[in-house]
Amino acid sequence: MSMVDETRGLARDGAELAVTQRRVVRSEWIKLRSVRSWTVMALAAAVLMIAFGALAASVASGAVTQTGPRPGGGPFASTDPTAISLAGVTLAQLIVGVLGVLFISNEYANGMIRSTFAAVPRRLPVLWAKALVLFGVLAGLMVVATLASFLVGQAILGDGKNTTLAADGVLRAVLGAGLYLTGIGVLGIAVGALMRNTAGAISIVVATLLIIPGLARLILPEDWNTTLTPYLPSNAGSAFTSVSGSDTLLSAGAGAAVFVGWLVVLLAAAAVLIRRRDA
Amino acid sequence: MPDQGGPLIVIDHISKRYGQQVAVDDLAFEVKPGVVTGFLGPNGAGKSTTMRMIIGLDRPDSGQITIDGRRYAEHRAPIHEVGALLEAKAVHPARSARNHLLADGATTGVTPARVDEVLDLVGLSGAAGRRAADFSLGMSQRLGIAGALLADPQILLFDEPVNGLDPEGILWIRGLLADLAAQGRTVFVSSHLITELGAVAEHLVIIGRGRLIAEIPMSELGAGAEQRGVHVRSPQAGRLAELVRGEGVAVRAGADREVIEISGLDSRIVGERAAAAGIVLYELTPRTVSLEQAFMDLTRDSVDYPAHLDASATDRSAA
Repeated sequence: MSMVDETRGLARDGAELAVTQRRVVRSEWIKLRSVRSWTVMALAAAVLMIAFGALAASVASGAVTQTGPRPGGGPFASTDPTAISLAGVTLAQLIVGVLGVLFISNEYANGMIRSTFAAVPRRLPVLWAKALVLFGVLAGLMVVATLASFLVGQAILGDGKNTTLAADGVLRAVLGAGLYLTGIGVLGIAVGALMRNTAGAISIVVATLLIIPGLARLILPEDWNTTLTPYLPSNAGSAFTSVSGSDTLLSAGAGAAVFVGWLVVLLAAAAVLIRRRDA
Repeated sequence: MPDQGGPLIVIDHISKRYGQQVAVDDLAFEVKPGVVTGFLGPNGAGKSTTMRMIIGLDRPDSGQITIDGRRYAEHRAPIHEVGALLEAKAVHPARSARNHLLADGATTGVTPARVDEVLDLVGLSGAAGRRAADFSLGMSQRLGIAGALLADPQILLFDEPVNGLDPEGILWIRGLLADLAAQGRTVFVSSHLITELGAVAEHLVIIGRGRLIAEIPMSELGAGAEQRGVHVRSPQAGRLAELVRGEGVAVRAGADREVIEISGLDSRIVGERAAAAGIVLYELTPRTVSLEQAFMDLTRDSVDYPAHLDASATDRSAA
């Protein structure tokens, strides 16, 4: 058996094979694209986003009701047309959040994390690379999906009931929704790295996005509720993904800052634990 | 480049505990360059923990490990220094073998050509595009070995490489270890079975309960195993026992009253004495102590510990 004699000349030179952040990003990109179910999840998030926007717009326009078309318009025809067309965000965020979790937690589940950390013993380049790769993929995909959602939704709503990207705050809300979904994917990575356990991490992501905001409204005293809940990741997201703000939300700028703050804090916590814990 | 003179891996008094459980206790030894060193010990002795610490996956509570003078993580291209097979099946089940290796190698600039080369080397070229989930244990083990060889390292760590393999797979691994050693690579291979290492290891590091028991050349363990015994079956076993018993000779009762086990005497001498006394022999069998027996003798004290220790060690590796 002969072991690579021509590569050896190159391979013997350690500098040629130095681990760099760029190479780790490439490695994570190969990992992400080589699991078909993940590709399917990312595309499903985009498709469902558009489909739900179209459905919500159809209901709102009166084209779809329980009893058939209603010429006068749907039951919530008065709501904001941008929000109607972006109705799919609620569903899409769960898919991308779970994708983010899986992208790292699966390595703990099947033991791959050990070869990953053996190759990159400083470890943090792996966390950054995963975040960067998923951010890159989702930013492209989700901004396109939210734009498409918006355009399809407005077309269905029709003249008089719809709005345009040129209207005040609409472009910000639509792009914001795409970036919010991208951020939720990164949040999934951070939670997955913290928990190292797929089921636990998914539970936390779902609870954070869907259950805690509602629960807080139910159980917290009124003044705590109004003070704290706007700072939850999902509500901070709503602040910059809705066209017109509300009393219960932060301003768009503050919401974006708080949302990014969550990502930074969670990634930093994940970084500390990844360095400290045994793999 | 490894310095051929000095030790390559220096384990310098490392200790590691997981909660209340001491996994490795003040362990110190060296892995010498260019030979196959066997790492022996009963299950739960701390072999896997030590291997994980060598490549920086677990951090010792005290002590340190250097590879070629530097800690593993301080090397610029760590998997080019040390290739490790710690567990088979550590692959995303939906990823193909080739993509798995491409991703692993990309961290350190390994080319796709090299990936195909190691796949060929371990005999997986034909299965390169198949999902890892469809691999048998033997194929998974080969994929793990391909991963260890990927960046052409001078040092290789194999943790229980033959566990669960069929005879063909075991033979293949033995041949591979011998080839790697013939190429002058440093191979550190663990097993709980001495027989797996007898054929390939030149040097042995034996541990039990996280402590070093012995660090000896294989030849010495073999030499220690030469004390022979003689198994005798005779209708006059009792008389023969009286006859041979004496200075340096021990006689033990055997399985039934016709059988005795004599140690300290050569089988020829036992036969001659019996003939001289007119004793009838049904059986006269020289017994050489096997490597296995020698190893068992060395580790007897350290296997005899409560089973729950073993269980928690298994839990960890499963977690």
